Amino acid sequence: MRLRIPLLAVLIAMPAFAGAQATRLRVPATVDTLPNGLILIVHEDHSVPRVATNIWYRVGSGDEKPGRTGFAHLFEHLMFMGSQNAPYPTFDKLVEPFGMGANGSTTEDRTDYIQDGAANALDVTMWLESDRMGWLLPTMDSAKVDAQRDIVKNERRQSYENQPYGMAADILPPALYPKGHPYSWPVIGSMADLSAASLEDVKEFFRKYYAPNNASIVIAGDVNTDSVRRIVRKYFGDIPRGPAITRTTPAPFTVRDTGIVAEDRVQLPRLYLGWHTVNNTNKDAAPLDILSYLLTGARNSRLTNTLVYQREIASSVSAFSDTKRLDGDYSIVATARPGQGLDSLKVAIDRELLRLATEGPTARELEQAKNASESSFLNEMEFIDAKAARLNEYAYFEGTPDYFQKDLDALRAVTAADIKRVINAYLRGPRVMLSIVPRGKLDLAAKRVIVQ
Amino acid sequence: MTMPRILAAMMLLPAALVAQAPSKFPSPPASPPNPKLSVPTMRSNKLPNGIELRLVEQHELPLVQVTVTVPGGSRLDAQTSGIATFTAGMLDEGAGTRDALGLQSELAFLGASLTTTADWDRIIVGLKVPVRNLSAALAIMGDVVMRPTFRSDDVRKQRDLRLTALLQQRDQPNALANLAFNQAVFPAAHPYSRSALGDSVSVAAYDSTLVRRFYEGTVRPERATIYVVGDVTEAQVRTLLTQQFGAWRASGSAIPLPAAPTPATAPATTRVWLVDKPDAAQSVILIGWPGVERTSPDFAALQVMNTLLGGSFTSRLNMNLRESKGYSYGASSGFTYRVVPGPFTASSSVRTNVTDSSLIEIFKELRGVRDVPVPQDELDRAKSNVELGIPGSLESTSQVANQMASLATYGLTLDELPKLAARVRAVTAADVQRVARQYLTPDRAHVVVVGDLSKVKAPIEALSLGTATTLDVAKLVK
Repeated sequence: MRLRIPLLAVLIAMPAFAGAQATRLRVPATVDTLPNGLILIVHEDHSVPRVATNIWYRVGSGDEKPGRTGFAHLFEHLMFMGSQNAPYPTFDKLVEPFGMGANGSTTEDRTDYIQDGAANALDVTMWLESDRMGWLLPTMDSAKVDAQRDIVKNERRQSYENQPYGMAADILPPALYPKGHPYSWPVIGSMADLSAASLEDVKEFFRKYYAPNNASIVIAGDVNTDSVRRIVRKYFGDIPRGPAITRTTPAPFTVRDTGIVAEDRVQLPRLYLGWHTVNNTNKDAAPLDILSYLLTGARNSRLTNTLVYQREIASSVSAFSDTKRLDGDYSIVATARPGQGLDSLKVAIDRELLRLATEGPTARELEQAKNASESSFLNEMEFIDAKAARLNEYAYFEGTPDYFQKDLDALRAVTAADIKRVINAYLRGPRVMLSIVPRGKLDLAAKRVIVQ
Repeated sequence: MTMPRILAAMMLLPAALVAQAPSKFPSPPASPPNPKLSVPTMRSNKLPNGIELRLVEQHELPLVQVTVTVPGGSRLDAQTSGIATFTAGMLDEGAGTRDALGLQSELAFLGASLTTTADWDRIIVGLKVPVRNLSAALAIMGDVVMRPTFRSDDVRKQRDLRLTALLQQRDQPNALANLAFNQAVFPAAHPYSRSALGDSVSVAAYDSTLVRRFYEGTVRPERATIYVVGDVTEAQVRTLLTQQFGAWRASGSAIPLPAAPTPATAPATTRVWLVDKPDAAQSVILIGWPGVERTSPDFAALQVMNTLLGGSFTSRLNMNLRESKGYSYGASSGFTYRVVPGPFTASSSVRTNVTDSSLIEIFKELRGVRDVPVPQDELDRAKSNVELGIPGSLESTSQVANQMASLATYGLTLDELPKLAARVRAVTAADVQRVARQYLTPDRAHVVVVGDLSKVKAPIEALSLGTATTLDVAKLVK
């Protein structure tokens, strides 16, 4: 996820909920679809006098044309460059007095625009959002594109090129996905493609994707549902529907077993293992999430305990399942201790995966993982902006915003057999293995063994 | 089948070919009045053994946050640099009858999250837990606060991990910049001149004796305050906390809480500190000097001044370096408030070939807010941003507990927040200029640049900002 401005704080809490389920999680929300196709989702929460707005456009880096990687995110930046009635920098100047900041973020699948501030901001934010949804192009010009192109290039430098191991973000997507697959390039894009983006590209992209029938608005907080409906109809009602969007489904594929070694100015080598998995509505998405907790979610998780604390060969290890709309991948990232090569880490990781695939997790281990997941859900419910983001996510991917309990039910339903099955199905086959080693220390790279 | 196809094709026309009708709403709407700031009601009490208790009831979700704090923190490190943060990190590495594995997995099983940290002024143990598991989780929290084991082998393991983290700072330009900045801004005898993580020499000497001594000297019932926020009643909390903490008695000898060290002063003239990061894609810039007390009567005016200087997206630093010039992905500034004032810092990561130009622009903004009164509309936006941003830090149980605990560090309570809002509303352009002149010293600044010195050193020196010194990375991250 690439943000227009870096978030100062990360809200995700870690922990959980013990034993039997106590609370049915509900986030009551109304859903309306305007005649122009715009989806409006409203959730009232009067606990603090604040409102969160979260607008999703159903377009992401996966929709980019060849030679224009990074464009969806560049476009996200351009949405703040002024529209017909709100010339730059009116957007930021009007929202900040409500104690809020305006931000946006882009993933492979979607682009969101978020604000979180005093509840009386609603009229102004909806006016601003409608003006840029309906009337962005009249004031768009090459100078604006050039200005944000420079900023996005600076973002790329700051977030990747000037960070240790930052090159992994460029190397992994094209190794994990076949050429041409929507996920085969990084969301941030390449410098060359950012340079190539033109005003014409901006116009074409806007007309195709930034239309009410490709967007959903969530308003959560200290608001009255009927007032919200009135305000949204008033400002967005006249924006014409855009063309229907058709997307082709990428052809099925299998990952080619690949070993890559790269050198960086780093003290310690780091190993990345990546596998091809499933998309985010597949039944195996939940078991893969629970697996991540079992591997590295807590102090007693298998890889953390073995690699970091028992054998002390890694300084850190993390496992992450990234399931997206079309497809998914799974990664395990481990940084070596001083003096350790990556092969010993790779062997230890494979051994733990095999052991877990053979024995399965204990009942207690599995219960801990589920309790932890459940608590992290509950903790999120304290924040209106977190609820707003989830409502939009569920509305897009699951077709209904209040999917919280069902999401939890899927995690609760995971069995030891599921864990064994998903390891065997996804993490024992061909994979991408990237070693990033200190310059001149190629001998620290992991050795590739062809997996049958 | 034909009709729908034609209709679908026609849908393409309005956006692509026909000029869209103008918006019926050419100007922004009026807004309803600002919501009134209300802060949660806090009740104060004491456990039988004197431990202070602060409670806020919040019944929206079945959650509770319990936070135990003692004063001290990294400011008490003295010669054992980094020991406060290390000791805090060791608290949940085994306590009572449980080892680290057992303790942390049991908490996770209960759906609880426990954090043990130190900042410059405090050691903090925080517990967030579903209310139905509060009692069981509190028992473990009690072990962590009162009965940590500090086994030698666990201390060694954490020490080795800390040493590895220190080594990795060499790769991180922001970490290098902060180390150089703190060494420059604060004199060698000042605690802030050293890293709260310690250094490889101090950390290598950690053992369970040192850790226990620091623990016993700081984590003591007569110094503890417990904050509880969430779905509980006062009677329930008193009973549960008395069970867990009511018999807590201090052992060992207390480390005296030191009087505030002599405040650091800005340098007589500007100094430049350069750190080489070969092939860096950007230069990390930090500019600053010693800051100001949180309890300063100028706090509200300082918040407003900083918001428009570098504390918001539309602030002068960000609009200049990021939006106008395209030098950076962002530029910001801020005062770091601690019991003893932390630094004021203006910072940005900028493209290598505009490092010198970026320095010029940052100094231009630091001087501009001193030299010229701010326009009324800019002032009004900043004031409103500060005032209406206050409730954003009171949304969750954890945030309310954090607010209470951090205000208490300065002898303040939640009631301070409405007063702050009123003081912010009263800030004038003259106030902003006065505090800018008093607390911004751009002619007496420390300037740190971490970047590719083969490219940026000569242009920076050509600016003649002040004496330039190149720092050795190996000494910086010793």
